[in-house]
Amino acid sequence: MRQVKTAECNGPAEAFDVARVREDFPILGESVHGKPLVYLDNAATAQKPRSVIERVAGYYETENSNIHRGVHRLSELATRAYEDARGAVRRFLNAAQDREIVFVRGATEAINLVARCYGGVNLEAGDEVVISAMEHHSNIVPWQLICQEKGAVLRVIPVDDRGDVVMEAYHRLLGPRTRIVALPHVSNALGTVNPIKEMIADAHRAGIPVLIDGAQGAPHAAVDVQDLDCDFYAFSSHKLYGPTGVGVLYGKAGLLEAMPPYQGGGDMILTVSFEATEYNALPYKFEAGTPNIAGVIGLGAAVEYLTGLGIEAVAAHEDRVLAYAVERLTCVPGLRLIGTPARRASLVSFIFGDVHAHDIGTILDQEGIAVRTGHHCAMPVMDRFGVPATVRASFACYNTEAEVDVLAEGLERVRRLFDGV
Amino acid sequence: MSDLRDLYQELILDHNRKPRNFGPLAGANRSARGVNPLCGDKVAVHLHVEDDRVTGVSFEGTGCAISIASASVMTESLKEQSCDHARELFERFHQMVANDDGGNDGAGMGKLAAFAGVRDYPARVKCATLAWHTLRAALDGEDKAVSTE
Ligand SMILES: Cc1ncc(COP(=O)(O)O)c(C=O)c1O
Repeated sequence: MRQVKTAECNGPAEAFDVARVREDFPILGESVHGKPLVYLDNAATAQKPRSVIERVAGYYETENSNIHRGVHRLSELATRAYEDARGAVRRFLNAAQDREIVFVRGATEAINLVARCYGGVNLEAGDEVVISAMEHHSNIVPWQLICQEKGAVLRVIPVDDRGDVVMEAYHRLLGPRTRIVALPHVSNALGTVNPIKEMIADAHRAGIPVLIDGAQGAPHAAVDVQDLDCDFYAFSSHKLYGPTGVGVLYGKAGLLEAMPPYQGGGDMILTVSFEATEYNALPYKFEAGTPNIAGVIGLGAAVEYLTGLGIEAVAAHEDRVLAYAVERLTCVPGLRLIGTPARRASLVSFIFGDVHAHDIGTILDQEGIAVRTGHHCAMPVMDRFGVPATVRASFACYNTEAEVDVLAEGLERVRRLFDGV
Repeated sequence: MSDLRDLYQELILDHNRKPRNFGPLAGANRSARGVNPLCGDKVAVHLHVEDDRVTGVSFEGTGCAISIASASVMTESLKEQSCDHARELFERFHQMVANDDGGNDGAGMGKLAAFAGVRDYPARVKCATLAWHTLRAALDGEDKAVSTE
């Protein structure tokens, strides 16, 4: 994916040695139904490199302890590892300060946090929240909940037949009652890369802050939150080669400072009495209770792994495989791509004749191919394109053109079984 | 291909291509809707019940081959059966595909036995049972008359 202003597609193609990258991922040696695993469900969750697996195990074997609490040696080690991970994430996003990085459970929780703590304070009856028609449910429902509570209105930017947001409609939706805009960096159902830098600037001209759901963006693009100038950026560790149960909310310090805490508990306070509680400084104000320490440390290792490969090199490699997939699948008779956006990253969604996506998924599974089938937690997108479900093949740094061929051959098998398609 | 043929038997592919008793049911007096929230499959089952017998049955909906074929074969197996027998078929069908209570191989269940292969595909059990759960809801929703066109 080409994104932000970073040197794009730098480095020659040969520099990326996918065979060597594959060796970093133990699970890629597995077979499924006697066939080599072809893992094309990376948008659901990515596989983990050995360095992440070993880092998490190493933490439990040599450092396990609670953080920010003990004066003993292990607690010091664990605290340092946890805070080092925050630093790694800050550098990864090019955030200005460590305290702008809040660890949460995942993109879902990050968005809920902003909806509740920012929306909860800033939304009044008649105010508006703008999202797009290509959202994952996790960037719809939290806003619906807070809008219902406050009597605010959810406004939706339409998506055109290719799967791009309609920019004129977006501009019209930005009005005096708009309090926040929440957009996906990359659509998990269509693969659309949204022109978020431009859309953020548009909203800012009207004085409106923007949250970017980066669940599908951060794993595939160099993200520079200062260059984007986004107010919030959310992503999940597990889609970025890290452990499940951890995610990141980046927020501009000024905004986070002004927001009330999300949950109450230990670690998020300075002093507590029964009369009043003084909240801790950022980011701890938003990290109540014992966090997923091992997960955060694993995420730090994942970020380092990805940075080591070079996010631009990874993106360039993925773009090559993706371009090949689009070309190859377009040649499969009866196959229709759902979403043909101007800019695409990391995934293709399609239907095949009138064979239902689940049947395709089961047949491909017998070939060792893991794809996602269904509505991808984006039912409004399915409605928009008039399909109940799609098959989605999504790519990561370790996927190859040869795997795309296996997928295409698998589809021929579907055709044979279903008598022609 | 042998494994997959156990699942996608000719009978199933045929009922998926040409679902039987598909559409609204004139004179239906019981009806229920079912969805599988995981995959978005939707089905509606319409019944005409008289003297505790299923005298008319149809279904509508969208879904995968397993769910459409299961609904289609189900409707065929219900006609002129007593409501009690329909409930019993539900139990036996569920036992067969979900492999619960030790499972069963579908002996004596006629065409429904074609779905025995589903038990080897746990992710697909819900596809096969969606119509049946909806049927049971329709049977239980006594005298919930639906308007017919
Ligand atoms: C675009 C998008 N947003 C949000 C999410 C939610 O991520 P998580 O389930 O890890 O919180 C996903 C995950 O599928 C996604 O694809």
